[in-house]
Amino acid sequence: MLSNQEKMLIVQIWERLTPVAEEIGADALLRMFACFPGSKTYFSHLDISRGSPHLLSLGKKIVLALAEGSKDISQLTVTLAPLQIMHAYQLRIDPTNFKLLSHCMLVALSCHMRDDFTAVAHAAMDKYLSAFAAVLAEKYR
Amino acid sequence: MPENSVSADLQTESHKMVEWTDFERDTIQDIFSRIEYDVVGPAALARCLVVYPWTQRYFGGFGNLYNAAAIKGNPMVSKHGTTILHGLDRAVKNMDDIKNTYAELSVLHSEKLHVDPDNFKLLADCLTIVVAAQLGNEFTGEVQAAFQKFLAVVVSSLGRQYH
Repeated sequence: MLSNQEKMLIVQIWERLTPVAEEIGADALLRMFACFPGSKTYFSHLDISRGSPHLLSLGKKIVLALAEGSKDISQLTVTLAPLQIMHAYQLRIDPTNFKLLSHCMLVALSCHMRDDFTAVAHAAMDKYLSAFAAVLAEKYR
Repeated sequence: MPENSVSADLQTESHKMVEWTDFERDTIQDIFSRIEYDVVGPAALARCLVVYPWTQRYFGGFGNLYNAAAIKGNPMVSKHGTTILHGLDRAVKNMDDIKNTYAELSVLHSEKLHVDPDNFKLLADCLTIVVAAQLGNEFTGEVQAAFQKFLAVVVSSLGRQYH
């Protein structure tokens, strides 16, 4: 459950990070690949080494989708419909991995924002990422 | 179970010790030599109580936990957070036998405190995020992996004596 204050906080954070979407997204992905090597299995067709164009492009897409979704959280099911279909029928990434990436995204945010990533911001963002992941997995079965 | 708790259970067979690379050993020693226990400990515990408010159930005697500011300023939370970090120190100094290092604490948390061991993972995740904020870009993916592995072993050891 997100309060209005938390929703505003989430929007503000993503607005602040949109200019560095590539950097944050790539960082979160690299952390996930380092900490949870099983997650790499979904990317065997790409170059996911540090600095690679594939990694940066993927990282950017993820952060921009998170930013877009945050603008109207009540409409996540509508905003994410195309991504839901892609993940369910084409990518078929096991949804456990969404939790792993969410955790690594929180760590990336913490490294980047340092003391600005307060406990309240962390709580709000954790809830948002959980909601986002749940919607993303909705069409799986 | 919260969606994003990820510190993994480490299955250790009774005869097999956890193996640490030199990088992992050095990383753990380095992190713990650099962080301020009385800053990081309180911050991690406070964060856990804010991000996962149901964990407050174990701290009924701690007074005002009404909101984030109250939790952050609560002296009992701070004191206990520092205690927890010093408790982790024992594992830092005993990386080759974390399991036995925490046998008594595991019994305590199970039989006296009645803490659901899932909570250890929640605190471990909060600690990771607090340390990340402290170290910034030096908390690389590789460093994070080593730190998370260490915490996973701690968490597993603390849960081991539950029955």
